[in-house]
Amino acid sequence: MTQTSTAPAPPGSSAPAPRRGERTRRLPTWAPWAAFLGVAAVVGALWPVLDLNAALFVLYTVVLGTLAVYLLTRAVEGSRRATDRLVTCLVVSAFGLAMVPLVSLVWEVVSRGAARLDGEFFTSSLVGIVGEGGGAYHAIMGTLIITALTTLLSVPIGLMTAIFLVEYARGRLKRAITFLVDVMTGIPSIVAGLFAYALFAIFLGPGIRLGVMGAVALSVLMIPVVVRSAEEVLKLVPNELREASYALGVPKWRTIVKVVIPTSIAGLGTGVTLAIARVVGETAPLLITLGITNATNLDAFDGRMATLPVYAYYQLTQPGVPPQFATDRAWTAALVLIILVMGLNVVARLISRFFAPKTGR
Amino acid sequence: MAKRIDVSDLNIYYGNFLAVENVNVSIEPRSITALIGPSGCGKSTFLRSINRMHEVVPGGRVEGKIVMDGQDLYGADVDPVDVRRQIGMVFQRPNPFPTMSIYENVAAGIRLNNKKMRKSDLDDLVERSLRGANLWNEVKDRLNRPGAGLSGGQQQRLCIARAIAVEPDVLLMDEPASALDPISTLAIEDLMADLKERFTIVIVTHNMQQAARVSEQTGFFNLSGVGQPGRLIEFNPTEKIFSNPDQKATEDYISGRFG
Repeated sequence: MTQTSTAPAPPGSSAPAPRRGERTRRLPTWAPWAAFLGVAAVVGALWPVLDLNAALFVLYTVVLGTLAVYLLTRAVEGSRRATDRLVTCLVVSAFGLAMVPLVSLVWEVVSRGAARLDGEFFTSSLVGIVGEGGGAYHAIMGTLIITALTTLLSVPIGLMTAIFLVEYARGRLKRAITFLVDVMTGIPSIVAGLFAYALFAIFLGPGIRLGVMGAVALSVLMIPVVVRSAEEVLKLVPNELREASYALGVPKWRTIVKVVIPTSIAGLGTGVTLAIARVVGETAPLLITLGITNATNLDAFDGRMATLPVYAYYQLTQPGVPPQFATDRAWTAALVLIILVMGLNVVARLISRFFAPKTGR
Repeated sequence: MAKRIDVSDLNIYYGNFLAVENVNVSIEPRSITALIGPSGCGKSTFLRSINRMHEVVPGGRVEGKIVMDGQDLYGADVDPVDVRRQIGMVFQRPNPFPTMSIYENVAAGIRLNNKKMRKSDLDDLVERSLRGANLWNEVKDRLNRPGAGLSGGQQQRLCIARAIAVEPDVLLMDEPASALDPISTLAIEDLMADLKERFTIVIVTHNMQQAARVSEQTGFFNLSGVGQPGRLIEFNPTEKIFSNPDQKATEDYISGRFG
């Protein structure tokens, strides 16, 4: 509390003189929590009567508890603080609601996928496996190879497009490219898969399945994401830095390479990493272009390859008899995929921390 | 070093909009020329057209002639990049490169242009430039720290060091002290007095005391109304401008009866 009274407080008294026109009664800080606990106890007591389940119990407790806190605060502290508490309760509830699907998803995948998260899963393929055992080594390697190829294709194209848009393009051409990139962002992934399939079928005949086809399909999805994020980051580079460089007699292209890109490297790295995370879990285009295989194939230019999402799909939809073992493998594949994406997000954060321009006073 | 600039019949455009009209002026070497006038009258635009920075802005173009010691800066075979190597510029807001250390900032003109230079020569150049900008004593122990960590006044002197490190003939300053406190401003003004021994300096300023303190020649820009082009109303020795100007508009502006 702030000391606002003009008269000096008498020694030994810590409470400030009350101001006129403002209610000075305050609830203790534990009061809202106590209100929620009390409501929870009441609702709990009514559990058998109302025939509740856990979700309904939480729902009733939150709604009634919010109401109780609001009324209590309004009675004791006045309407302004009551509104404050009400909005706080609403915001926290909304946050909790948003967390429910996330936590439940992670919980489900971890609890079901942990069973097969063993050494064999990472070291063996599905060759000769009927029933128990087997792993996803071929699918993990396939996902890594396809993602690496996709990155190799998309990042140069995406970055250069973004640089063109920010540094060179003007007027109608710029608007047209931006519009097309936006359209590309909205392409359904299955269409990207069909495009890649049709493209390669022209040259190599129908029924063709190649790793590089999947990379092309994923690139169609990844390029617009890279362009968009890189464009935003490049726009953030202050124009003053470009002008400072021009004024030193540095040509434009060298200014871009040596001033603009180093200044924005952290944001570019983050954008690229998040774009990779976006495509690493794509299923539909890989279903068409890569197919599935039980054996390990590390050559993206020769025949079918397995990838984690497609692997999970086939393990779940064509489990064999008994289905339990394949279903377990599907969940573990999903878990590995989530770990991969989380790892990429961590990498993105590290990139932005290490490469960000330092002010270091 | 320190070249003379002759401007004749210069019109400066943004697209179809005529921003500055019919400038004729001669800028003397080894002196400080100040440009004053109300906001939006084209002082900065004129300054930026001298080292061809104006055309960096989309739609920016220029008609007329700017000649530096016989070399037409807007000649058909002249590369703007070459012009900017000869005419350095300091901006209103200090803009050191955030990814570079103090040392690298000063060496930026060399490094970014990929000129090869021995390490010891580069060290000498950096020290000479920082001494020239009165910054050496403050930063000599932390040359490898980021340039963005300096105070505003130090950053501006770092930018001056960066500009003089490429050894230009002319130094353009666009309100170099307007974002600085009085002590840093004084440091910059002292520095300009030293630098004019070696460079031709043109400075845009809103601070008339500053123009009166530092410059030998002063040009007064004005515009007759919104949407009208700016014009160079009067160009005379600073003493004359501030005591007995030829034009009534100049006198009104300087004595504060206007704008």
